[in-house]
Amino acid sequence: MSSQPYRKLEGGLIDRDRPLAFHFDGCVYTGFAGDTLASALLANGIRLVGRSFKYHRRRGIFGAGFEEPNALITLREGNRHEPNLRATQIELYDGLTATSQNRWPSLDFDVGGINNLLSRFLPAGFYYKTFMWPGNAWMFYERFIRAAAGLGRAPLRGDPDYYERRHAHCDVLVVGAGPSGLSAALTAARSGARVVLVDDNPALGGSLRGQSATIDDVPSLAWVDEIAGVLAGLDNVRVLTRSTAVGYYDQNLVAICERVADHVAKPEPHQPRQRLWWVRAKRVVLATGAIERPIVFANNDLPGVMLASAVRTYQLQYAVKCGRRAVVFTNNDSGYACLSSLMGGGVPVSAVVDSRPSGPGDAARGVVEAAGVELLCGHAVISARGKKSVTGVEVMALADGGNRVDGNARSIDCDLVCVSGGWNPTVHLFSQSQGKLRYDPDLTSFLPDHSRQAEVSAGAARGQFALGACLREGLEAGAQAARLAGFTPPRDLRPARAEDAPEAPLQALWVVPLPRGRRGKRFVDLQNDVTAEDVALADREGYRSVEHLKRYTTLGMGTDQGRTSNVNGLAILAQLQGSEISSVGTTTFRPPFTPVALGAVTAREVGADLAPLRLSPLHDWHARVGANFVTVGLWLRAQYYARPGEGMMDAINREVLAVRNHVGLVDVSTLGKIEIQGRDAAEFLERVYINRWTNLKVGRVRYGFMLREDGFVLDDGTTTRIGENRFYMTTTTAQAGPVMAHLEYYAQTVWPDLHVHFTSVTDQWAGMAIAGPRARDVLAIACENCDVGDQTLPFMGYLECTIAGVTVRLFRMTFSGEMAYEVHTPSDYGIRVWEALMAAGKEFGITPYGTEAMSVLRIEKGHVVGAELDGRTIPADFGFERMQKKDADFIGKRSLERPGLAYGPRKRIVGLTSENGRKIPRGAQIVWNPTAPKPVAMLGHVSSTCFSPNLGNYIALALLEDADAYEGKLLYASSPLTSSHVPVRVGHSVFIDPEGLRPRG
Amino acid sequence: MLLIPCPWCGERAQTEFAYGGDATVERPPDPARVSREEWLDYVYLRDNPRGPHLEWWYHAAGCRRWLQVRRDTLTHEVLGSAPPGERVEDGSG
Repeated sequence: MSSQPYRKLEGGLIDRDRPLAFHFDGCVYTGFAGDTLASALLANGIRLVGRSFKYHRRRGIFGAGFEEPNALITLREGNRHEPNLRATQIELYDGLTATSQNRWPSLDFDVGGINNLLSRFLPAGFYYKTFMWPGNAWMFYERFIRAAAGLGRAPLRGDPDYYERRHAHCDVLVVGAGPSGLSAALTAARSGARVVLVDDNPALGGSLRGQSATIDDVPSLAWVDEIAGVLAGLDNVRVLTRSTAVGYYDQNLVAICERVADHVAKPEPHQPRQRLWWVRAKRVVLATGAIERPIVFANNDLPGVMLASAVRTYQLQYAVKCGRRAVVFTNNDSGYACLSSLMGGGVPVSAVVDSRPSGPGDAARGVVEAAGVELLCGHAVISARGKKSVTGVEVMALADGGNRVDGNARSIDCDLVCVSGGWNPTVHLFSQSQGKLRYDPDLTSFLPDHSRQAEVSAGAARGQFALGACLREGLEAGAQAARLAGFTPPRDLRPARAEDAPEAPLQALWVVPLPRGRRGKRFVDLQNDVTAEDVALADREGYRSVEHLKRYTTLGMGTDQGRTSNVNGLAILAQLQGSEISSVGTTTFRPPFTPVALGAVTAREVGADLAPLRLSPLHDWHARVGANFVTVGLWLRAQYYARPGEGMMDAINREVLAVRNHVGLVDVSTLGKIEIQGRDAAEFLERVYINRWTNLKVGRVRYGFMLREDGFVLDDGTTTRIGENRFYMTTTTAQAGPVMAHLEYYAQTVWPDLHVHFTSVTDQWAGMAIAGPRARDVLAIACENCDVGDQTLPFMGYLECTIAGVTVRLFRMTFSGEMAYEVHTPSDYGIRVWEALMAAGKEFGITPYGTEAMSVLRIEKGHVVGAELDGRTIPADFGFERMQKKDADFIGKRSLERPGLAYGPRKRIVGLTSENGRKIPRGAQIVWNPTAPKPVAMLGHVSSTCFSPNLGNYIALALLEDADAYEGKLLYASSPLTSSHVPVRVGHSVFIDPEGLRPRG
Repeated sequence: MLLIPCPWCGERAQTEFAYGGDATVERPPDPARVSREEWLDYVYLRDNPRGPHLEWWYHAAGCRRWLQVRRDTLTHEVLGSAPPGERVEDGSG
């Protein structure tokens, strides 16, 4: 184990009594509890952590939080392997295993580094220009290009952890627990509002954890602890740490990803790994802080070039020295805070390079003088030196307000360059909420302007960087949010106090010009390897809008979404175009703010829990007898009941023949069932069905089609008149929901004058169909108190009777084409009635049959289902034109008068019989000759197909044009997808009992 | 995700509702008497306005009532709602 040579002996918020061992690229190191992976690597002197995306250049840790563009690593191994995580946000735990990415064979020696030598030939847009020829060659090249460039690899195996989703409501949601957020949350909480406070980090305090300041005369962290204690004691406050607000959606819905167990090796058995919160807030306070921006100069991607604020955070929060000798390069006073932490932490500073000719404000100047460090005003770092990491910088004087460098270059030795180019408020969530930004030329950054939702930004998030002002703004924002949410803030509000030293203004400096004749890569976007020259190239080639710039160069893409690069890129583009940054605008900020694991999004809805599972009330019986099940929509249905030794087709054929020759029983509980009541119920049905209903007698069943307003069939089914003003409708399984919504729509919005009401009773009733020549014999035994003969229960008749002591609804109707009845019974009695029918049918050989046999029976009979009622067919396509009423309107009637529907030519249903004993492929097209040169005229398509044990052949239903002309002809059912072309004979769609005698028998 | 004020249930999340299309369209009372063009207009043609728009929503996973919602198609702001046949008060005049 190494000895953490860059760790300071004292200070920081780490626990030196809890050393933690971790692996990086196979080597073992130690860090301390409280470290991030990044701080522990730096403490061990590890500067090289990754290779860049395109050029495979050496990259080190650049930031200290979610802004990090470089230090993307793969965490954990095996099925917990997770790529592209920011080392700056990974909390260290004992045994942590991390590997670097985008390098081969090793991080230090990477073959892909050759791209760097070839980089003159790999400018922005190179791939687009080079590999697009010939026509579809990109498809070929892409595999190799993707393998060479890129980030980490996706895990291949299933995720062993589980995730949760929670919904919450609150009055005030505060995002960010820095000085502004803490003040806001405390104020809102003291007003009595229900508050949710969210922060990305494991502990509260935000920027205060990485700086030394005084609040209310105590060290700022003592103040943070006090507020945290107060908040923890309040019942109306929920504090979520390790939680990132990732998305801001309509009407103040904020998605928050809580990393419940990412800071340990694996979650406890009771813990989800992450939890995605959906919080609906009355008011939102965005105290999201600001992200420091670098200044772009040559070789600014060398390990050892870091954000000044990150260096300060590593010094103060983690007691880590980021180097042995530093240079500070800044265009504003905040860079000087880094200086004092370096000097105080034992890192000598060679020079402070300040781009401003007049230098810093008095307070910052005092820091430099006290430290005895050389101050170079009006200068800039033009280039970093070094091969593997920084060994020095070259500094030149700036001229023409920063547009040119002048004089001789001076070389200064150092191994750390701390860069500060000003601050960008973290406006991502604000922008996601559709708020409008404005560009502030003094702060050289985009600030929240007009809000679109019930939110307000406070503190650094709206460009207020001074601590005392943040504390005041936070308090005001919290009080205002509470007030607008209906609460009264206490009268004795007083903001916490902090001294704000006056600062000299920042100088706009985005990219340091190179002296004439000098080359050097100046990286604007470190993650995507986009240089200042690439931006200029894009502009020259006409990609002048920011959205085009982004897509052409990939500036601002990737996991960091350009947090440290976007504004610099825009500024360079504006400079090139001689326009204002405000007129160039920004690209769109989209959720998520930081990448979110798909597991957290889907939460528990995985595997068997992907969708709810609906079970028939008879399910337990099917399971008990060992039925095979099939998923139909959300339903699990009995597919067939194989006996020992039987294959699937054996079982299906046996079931079909049992129904045709004896009697069978099938579960039809999944049918949609709707009770319709009201004095206008019959009139309503008259309008939604194509056929007549007012003349239906009580105790009679009728079959009908329902159309959509465009004339196409919505659904078919039967409706029974149970009483004068009471009907019982059944729909197909799949259309139960849509039909219900359709009926409600017309009843509520189009004909509200009709007195009619609907109740879905699908789940209240179990349904079973008993079918076959002996069906009536079985019922005669099973029904306890009534006669089921033709006189009392004719075809399409209905009555109520008793089976096994249960009152049931008995309908005489058929789907199989045999004599058949449907028995509907309250769900809880379903199995009791089913078993009674099975017992009564025993002597007739009653056979339970599943969905497969049911399907074969209906195809043999030419009955249509969803495969035929596919939204493109009208009743006439099935020979039901005479069902349509002539004398009254119904939904869709007017549309049926359209020429295309009224006069055709239209495809009509036909039956196909296989001519060579082969299966007719599902979905096949019907053609004259499958070997004719393509394109072949398609005459129709196969909608339903099966083997008919009664006919001993494969048959199908199809929709065929010019159906009458093809009657008896030989055509081909052709499925190029499966290379099967089956000769078929065209016939009538009803294969069995075309006269329809059996059901009436 | 929108919050939709159901006139019967109060504010509910959008996931409980199904969108039902343009609520400014009226079904011709006697379809047999309208011209082919008028019928085409009713069945197929819809405006796609930028800004406030009156829409049908169906509270499918709630009270199963259809309701009118005035929603700004640009900002997603929900301006008001009402039962069928009633005026949607939205403060926008």
